[in-house]
Amino acid sequence: MTQHRKIGDVILQAEAISLSFGGVKALSNISLEVREHEILSIIGPNGAGKSSMLNVINGVYHPQQGHVVYRGKTRDRMRPHEAARQGIARTFQNIALFKGMSVLDNIMTGRNLKMRANFIQQALYWGRAQREEIAQRAYVEKIIDFLEIQHIRKTPVGRLPYGLQKRVELARALAAEPTMLLLDEPMAGMNVEEKQDMCRFILDVNDEFGTTIVLIEHDMGVVMDISDRIVVLDYGKKIGDGTPDEIRVNPDVIAAYLGGSH
Amino acid sequence: MAKPESIRPAQAQESVADTFPKLLQAHAKTRSARPAMREKDLGIWQTWNWDEVAIEVRALALGLAAKGFKRGDRLAVIGDNRPRLYMAIMAAQCMGGVPVPLYQDAAAEEMVFVLSDAEVSMAVVEDQEQVDKLLEIRDRLPALQAIVYDDPRGMRHYQHDGVYDMAEILGAGRIHHDEHPLFFQSMVDMGRGSDPAIMLYTSGTTGHPKGVLHTYDSMIITARNAANLEGLTEREEVLAYLPMAWVGDNLFSYAQSLVTGFCVSCPESSDTVMTDMREIGPSYYFAPPRVYENLLTQVMIRMEDAGRFKYWLFHYFMNHARRVGTDILEGKPVGFWDRLGYKLGEYLVYGPVKNVLGFTRLKLAYTAGEAIGPELFDFYRAIGVNIKQLYGQTEAYVMVCVHPNDKVKPDTVGVPVPGVEVKIADNGEVLFRGPGTFHSYWKRPDATNETRNAEGWVYSGDAGYFDEDGQLKIIDRAKDVGRLTNGSLFAPKYLENKLKFFQHIKEVVAFGDGQDYTTAFINIDLTAVGNWAEKRGLPYTGYTDLAGQAPVYELIRECIEKMNADLARDPKLHGSQIKRFLILHKELDADDGELTRTRKVRRKFIAERYAPLIEALYDGSQACSIDTVVKFEDGRSGNLRATLQIRDAKTYPAITSEAA
Repeated sequence: MTQHRKIGDVILQAEAISLSFGGVKALSNISLEVREHEILSIIGPNGAGKSSMLNVINGVYHPQQGHVVYRGKTRDRMRPHEAARQGIARTFQNIALFKGMSVLDNIMTGRNLKMRANFIQQALYWGRAQREEIAQRAYVEKIIDFLEIQHIRKTPVGRLPYGLQKRVELARALAAEPTMLLLDEPMAGMNVEEKQDMCRFILDVNDEFGTTIVLIEHDMGVVMDISDRIVVLDYGKKIGDGTPDEIRVNPDVIAAYLGGSH
Repeated sequence: MAKPESIRPAQAQESVADTFPKLLQAHAKTRSARPAMREKDLGIWQTWNWDEVAIEVRALALGLAAKGFKRGDRLAVIGDNRPRLYMAIMAAQCMGGVPVPLYQDAAAEEMVFVLSDAEVSMAVVEDQEQVDKLLEIRDRLPALQAIVYDDPRGMRHYQHDGVYDMAEILGAGRIHHDEHPLFFQSMVDMGRGSDPAIMLYTSGTTGHPKGVLHTYDSMIITARNAANLEGLTEREEVLAYLPMAWVGDNLFSYAQSLVTGFCVSCPESSDTVMTDMREIGPSYYFAPPRVYENLLTQVMIRMEDAGRFKYWLFHYFMNHARRVGTDILEGKPVGFWDRLGYKLGEYLVYGPVKNVLGFTRLKLAYTAGEAIGPELFDFYRAIGVNIKQLYGQTEAYVMVCVHPNDKVKPDTVGVPVPGVEVKIADNGEVLFRGPGTFHSYWKRPDATNETRNAEGWVYSGDAGYFDEDGQLKIIDRAKDVGRLTNGSLFAPKYLENKLKFFQHIKEVVAFGDGQDYTTAFINIDLTAVGNWAEKRGLPYTGYTDLAGQAPVYELIRECIEKMNADLARDPKLHGSQIKRFLILHKELDADDGELTRTRKVRRKFIAERYAPLIEALYDGSQACSIDTVVKFEDGRSGNLRATLQIRDAKTYPAITSEAA
């Protein structure tokens, strides 16, 4: 696919992040940048600290050292929902959907932040709540159309195959109209065809909405194909940062993956 | 829903409107506010009324004209059933052009022949997928000037010359109309009933597909006769979900809508057809036998999982319905208590089942293409669905024979429709003649003269005979009917259809012409046999594994022997009982060229591809290895190697008709 979108300025900077749980150092002195409209992949062997890094960006974990600068503002201690309000949405490694609810309702929860009606109005589905729900539903339908999941609109999520659940999770994240989307292993456990679909959707999201995407993925083929830039972590340290072509020939990365010298 | 108003009969515009564009304009005048088309978009049914359709079609027609579409040009239409694609057909006809719908799931390579044979000058397509296909083969299509797409998704970065968004074309058309307000009407008025109206390519069971040209007269008269025969009005609801390139969709979703003025709805996507069916509740429906089979299988499988009481309730009332339901449907006398029981069953079982299937409002359900099992007719007619067999051909604009409402026989295709004559040639081939007979094959006068003789009789290519009730019974393609070495008649399709009525068998290919006895390849039905295996605790990994298991062979052998016993009674075909068979290791697939796009078996191709297997069926061996190349959905191909078992089946001595 030809890319005509423009990669913009840095919108998020992680500076010298260190994070430890008790005696375990999950991340040590990691700096990375995310630029607007790009697709950035974070890769590394198991336990390299990829998910921790995503959680730091998302505000779930608070690093002991270093700080995160997002859109020019240094971020204080914050809670994940504040990250969501700033336009950062994410999906999880283990699917975190409401299994008993329909696909439609699950995606509607992604619009929660856009709702202004108070609790009573929502409970009675009255006045503002009703108007809002109709407007939100219209947006959700656009996402359903975009991700081609019309046929499962009313199916309870728990009854869907894994690949489709992943797609629903992406839909819910998109429903929040994020400027930055964090995807934690969006293709884990998928077959080739599902992976191809997911790749296409990620590229389409990036292309159509201009969403900046940070993703963690193990499938090297996928990572090399769709990323603009790749950051490689190993044992909590950053060992590589660059375009796919640069990463492919980086001796440290090769060593880490092929189990060379430690 | 709407205020009561008189239902207008279909003949209202008979005298004036002899083309579809004129019919469209008549509807825009007489029933401008009635719905003409519906499409589910973003979860909501969007409706166009006749007036809106007429205006949109005008803009599209003029937009195409502004890009150089001229009278007599061909316009390709490719995509799923979408209102805008049906409008593209109308638009081409308004400009005096000939629309050529193509099968949307064909690969780019498969489209080259049709597009270049038809010398298509423009194409209106659904989305990026179709645009990509056309761009891939564009250098081999010198005549193709413009590609217009309906859905702009993913098209933002396409910079190719001659690729247009439909919104742009519609805009150009509106401007054109403002500048030349009389041009459009003059083009519509120029149209005559005798002009070519559409070109439909035959599916090409043999050789290259041929473009079948129909005139407005043949389409409109056929559609009107059929509407009068079945009492169709502007109030019908139809769901257009079958390929637009198929003649049936063109008749049911296009011509009849324009003749009677009823509304056609397009499903949201091909995966949502079942849901959309339930929401629309069509009153008039066409489906190939396979769809009815799948629906019935689904109902039965789900009933197997139902609780004991519901299971009993379902079967109690279904038995009642099988006894009296058909008579009630056909208006025959039925006793009071039976009627009451049926009413109760309607409330408790039949109504809910029909609702789940989307058949609640169904007045008329057609099926065609293949023979249909007696238990299917029993089931659907018993619960009050008026399902009928239709016999038709692209060359006849579908309608040749149809079941009368009060005499539906599962093994016939009914009686000739009004205006159509049918006779049987000396060699058993069915010939027909009527108003819907095609104009000609595109650029193939030789083939036209071969298929239609000087008196206008068309050779259908099917072998058949009229039974004692004057209903036509089709046994096979005339050219496929052969003889065994002992001289007895061999009609492969007849055998195959008989076997396909068993729920465990999905496809069959029978062999026997010029041989000592009859043999067959079997494809098992993965859903039904899979279910059967699960019940027995029989583990399997997939189709290939399941197909090779000994208990499955036993299961299929029983089916074949049942058919053999039944065949022993047939006066003409008792000699062709199946003696040996094997279960194929893969499902026959259109992507591998084994089936046509309409899922008909390509006999000759299969015979060549699996020649070693056929040899093994006749040399007495018990197993045979085969290596086949298969194509995956993403276009890659791989090898599939397997060793197949061959089994014998019992045959029965002929029972003469006197004894039966």
